[in-house]
Amino acid sequence: MTSKQDISRVGRRAVNTLIRTLTAACAFLGVAVLLLILGYIAWRGVSSLSLQFLTDTPKPVGEGGGIGNAILGTLILLALASVIGLPVGIAAGVYLAEFGRGWFAGVVRFISDTLTGIPSIVTGVFVYTLIVLPMRQFSALAGGVALAVIMIPIVTRTTEEMLRLVPTSLREGALALGAPQWRVTTGVILPAAASGIATGAMLAVARVSGETAPLLFTAFGSRFFNVYLDQPMASLTVQIFNYAISPYDEWHAQAWAATLVLMTLILVINVAVRFFTRKKF
Amino acid sequence: MTTQPSPASEYGARLRAWDWRRALSPTGNFGDALFRASLFCCALLLVVLVGAMFVEIGSSARLSLARFGFPFLTGRTWNPIQGEFGALPFIYGTVVSSLLALLIAVPVSLGIAVFLVEQAPRRLSRPLGFVIELLAAIPSVVYGLWGIFVLAPTLREHVEPPLQRAFGWLPFFHGTITGIGLFTGGCILAIMVTPIITAVVRDVLAAVPVSQREAALALGATKWETTRIVLANGAPGIAGAIILGLGRAVGETMAVTMVIGNRPEISASVFEPSYTIASVIANEFTEATGDLYLSALIELGLVLFLVTFIINGAARLLVWSVTRGTSGIARA
Repeated sequence: MTSKQDISRVGRRAVNTLIRTLTAACAFLGVAVLLLILGYIAWRGVSSLSLQFLTDTPKPVGEGGGIGNAILGTLILLALASVIGLPVGIAAGVYLAEFGRGWFAGVVRFISDTLTGIPSIVTGVFVYTLIVLPMRQFSALAGGVALAVIMIPIVTRTTEEMLRLVPTSLREGALALGAPQWRVTTGVILPAAASGIATGAMLAVARVSGETAPLLFTAFGSRFFNVYLDQPMASLTVQIFNYAISPYDEWHAQAWAATLVLMTLILVINVAVRFFTRKKF
Repeated sequence: MTTQPSPASEYGARLRAWDWRRALSPTGNFGDALFRASLFCCALLLVVLVGAMFVEIGSSARLSLARFGFPFLTGRTWNPIQGEFGALPFIYGTVVSSLLALLIAVPVSLGIAVFLVEQAPRRLSRPLGFVIELLAAIPSVVYGLWGIFVLAPTLREHVEPPLQRAFGWLPFFHGTITGIGLFTGGCILAIMVTPIITAVVRDVLAAVPVSQREAALALGATKWETTRIVLANGAPGIAGAIILGLGRAVGETMAVTMVIGNRPEISASVFEPSYTIASVIANEFTEATGDLYLSALIELGLVLFLVTFIINGAARLLVWSVTRGTSGIARA
């Protein structure tokens, strides 16, 4: 009897240890893949990186060239997307956090969570029919709007979460002093949640900075420096895609270098956000 | 003698008594009313956006919808030059690559999430969780680049030949090994959806009350036996997480486009090139000559939109049923 129990206990312990090892192996597999990818990008990217590469426009194969216009284009597109997407997203998030109790708020929450899962290529098709077809040409404006559409639901939900972290006593205190609701929200609640909202906004920017699919037929791409919003505009991601699927080794090397630049931007934002919000999560 | 007030004057009286400000804002402050109304408009915009997407994409696809009707989805031939547009090869490629991805990603993601929430010490769990989340921060096009130059050659040299030697008698592993095809597409998708499934399963497991774990441990259960109870409690949420990963895999564009081979054919072997709905839109949209061709591509976009909307909606409801709407879903 006792020995039977002992055997079953040993078995259960063994299973326990096995599962522990397996789950740990899964976690380290994930970490290993990340390190492999990042390491390879750094190794391949660094060899083609130079000041000239960062400031020049693309050139035909064999003549060097760079990604200066693509960097500028990505920055302009991100700025445009932020100008359109952030105010709307933050306002919708404030609505959900401060007034979001009825069925309508439930619908908005559901729609916004579902929107974050809509493939970005579909957003591209939508903006193509909405802006590119009527304007009869690809434009930076269309690219910016496409990125904004992707940003809005992300910003909405992070803003709502951040506002919910603000203690209710702060609201009650301000209201008890006789302040109207709008003064309470804009003067007390928003400043209290400002850093959280800012990090949410930065994460949204980091997320869309890597988007390629919605730009393929909105901003399209360009081989020149361009600052006009009604013209096609280059971006790092589209440039990487075009170079990656080309048959030339030189362009492959440039794709890796451009990827290093893009990944640096994204990782810096992610790590900075992590650093600043360490206490909250 | 009493006179009945006429309906018109009653209506006028009601209108005069109606306090617009109070109706818009319970506090009766004009600033509040304005503030609330403008925030409401922004929230409404999200709903309008989804409606506009449906109407815009739907109306731009009407040429193809009217011409082909339902058989569009079952047509096996995609030949733009001959004007033949059948979506079946793309639907097949999308479904098979997504299922392959889930086959690999689901066990790994569950393993990672269980390790992070139930097994790892807190000091290790937080930074590890962040590192896994970083996998989700890598852009699709970067995965594609890495897929072409690192993953595809590796699979061609070291993974696909042994697979074919061992399981070559199955039709799924026939054919020439090129490193470019459904299998590579599924692998790259697996890496991409793993952090998404992991993040949601983590939230779901964390939402299961501690008392469940304490009760199991108090009865003498081992850590793993406790975890099984936690997993059973979070089952609907875990199902939601997997469906969410499916939604992401179905709509993933750039990385798949770069490694799947882009050939609109249906073959049983996972080593053969294939094509997905998202890839064909990405590749052929700017080259589409003629209104019907463009319209057919937009109809594919409509199919993708509807399918992912349903998948994501269902997934959110399942996850909400466990986390009660408070999870950090915006992260995923």
